[in-house]
Amino acid sequence: MRFIDEYRNVDLGQKLVSRIHRVCTQPIKLMEFCGGHTTAILKYGIRQLLPQTVEMLSGPGCPVCVTTNADLDKAIALAHLPNVIITTFGDMMKVPGSYSSLQQAKADGADIRIVYSVRDALDITQNNPKKSVIFIGIGFETTAPTLAASILEAEQKEIKNFYVLSLLKLCPPAIKLLLMIALVGLSEVKLDGIVCPGHVSAIIGSYPWEFIPRQYNIACVISGFEPLDILLSLVMLIDQIELEKPKVEIAYRRGVKPEGNRQAQELMARVFEPTTATWRGIGKVPLGGLKLKKEYERFNAESTFSITPPLPREPKACLCGDILRGAKRPPECKLFGESCTPENPIGPCMVSSEGACAAYFHYGVSYG
Amino acid sequence: MCLAVPVRIVSVEGTNAEVEIGGLKRKISIWLTPEAKVGDYVLLHTGYAINVIDEVEAQKTLELLQEMISTDEVH
Ligand code: SF4
Repeated sequence: MRFIDEYRNVDLGQKLVSRIHRVCTQPIKLMEFCGGHTTAILKYGIRQLLPQTVEMLSGPGCPVCVTTNADLDKAIALAHLPNVIITTFGDMMKVPGSYSSLQQAKADGADIRIVYSVRDALDITQNNPKKSVIFIGIGFETTAPTLAASILEAEQKEIKNFYVLSLLKLCPPAIKLLLMIALVGLSEVKLDGIVCPGHVSAIIGSYPWEFIPRQYNIACVISGFEPLDILLSLVMLIDQIELEKPKVEIAYRRGVKPEGNRQAQELMARVFEPTTATWRGIGKVPLGGLKLKKEYERFNAESTFSITPPLPREPKACLCGDILRGAKRPPECKLFGESCTPENPIGPCMVSSEGACAAYFHYGVSYG
Repeated sequence: MCLAVPVRIVSVEGTNAEVEIGGLKRKISIWLTPEAKVGDYVLLHTGYAINVIDEVEAQKTLELLQEMISTDEVH
């Protein structure tokens, strides 16, 4: 397929790997923020090809994984309301909340439908005028504009029975908090470089990452998701680190412009505004989430329906929080591959197709 | 979740477009990429095009890769 096959050339890949081995002279710690990158790095065996001195840590860039149990419990409570249809991306179904999951709620009779796009949720809404249809709005900047567009579409079409539970999150504020924690010595993770998310950046561009090299002296490269994209990004990161000239570079130029997608930014800003949001593993992130603006409050599922979710609790021994901060690796979890598997997940990192635990489970044959 | 794949636009109707994915046709929204036109490749994420793929930049990246390797081989 075009724009995919060209970036999977094995011969070119091997040459890039030898360049990395030749150029990298010091031990370095890199974090790939995005779960999509974690999955690709393990799937294509990139970690095994890198010099021992290059350590790759996975980050918090998995929207399903960073959704807290308290938020999952809200979604589950909404599902149990009468006359409600819940629409959600498939990845959310199996994620365990404090006491149950959406999948369990469905088995108990709740009307929950998996959709591929929020547009499908709008279609379901129009086909069920007597029901309230709630979309579980998880996602980062990549997905937020699609939700904004659907809300504007619902407004235009005067659809009155469509609601959104906004669990949307913004990535740069979360990274900022992680780096601040590391700077004051409250975290063990000291990074030399970050592989920045490609499709989040397709929307927001490269400017929102500029604070990372400027304030924290950490190298940044925005990467695509094919093996050559990732290797190119690693070469660029290592060059920046070796030259001691950290900056933000875009390795994924076919998909990311420095200014991002202005139209998407505009739609997002029309419907949503930044708010404090709690990320699993990181905690309360100032401006780390999006809520509906006052004008669109009537689409807000949380304020429209009255629910009393149970007091949230966390699964014992699950290390998802540490893994999302890059402080631990999945195999360090005692439950990994034993009582926690994709079939019977204990934490969200084992459920999501971008979760680090799931990626290690599926592809990490010789992790160490 | 932030997965997006390149697809080719075969027809445009207002803010909707028909795209081809592995021989199959499907309807998507191009509300976020009003500049998208027939023949363009876009990055498709959950039913929406989130950017038009820049073919010139795609070519430049491949050239950059070649260049990196050839300068490497000279050393
Ligand atoms: S293996 Fe399971 S229990 Fe352990 S951190 Fe991952 S998701 Fe949590």
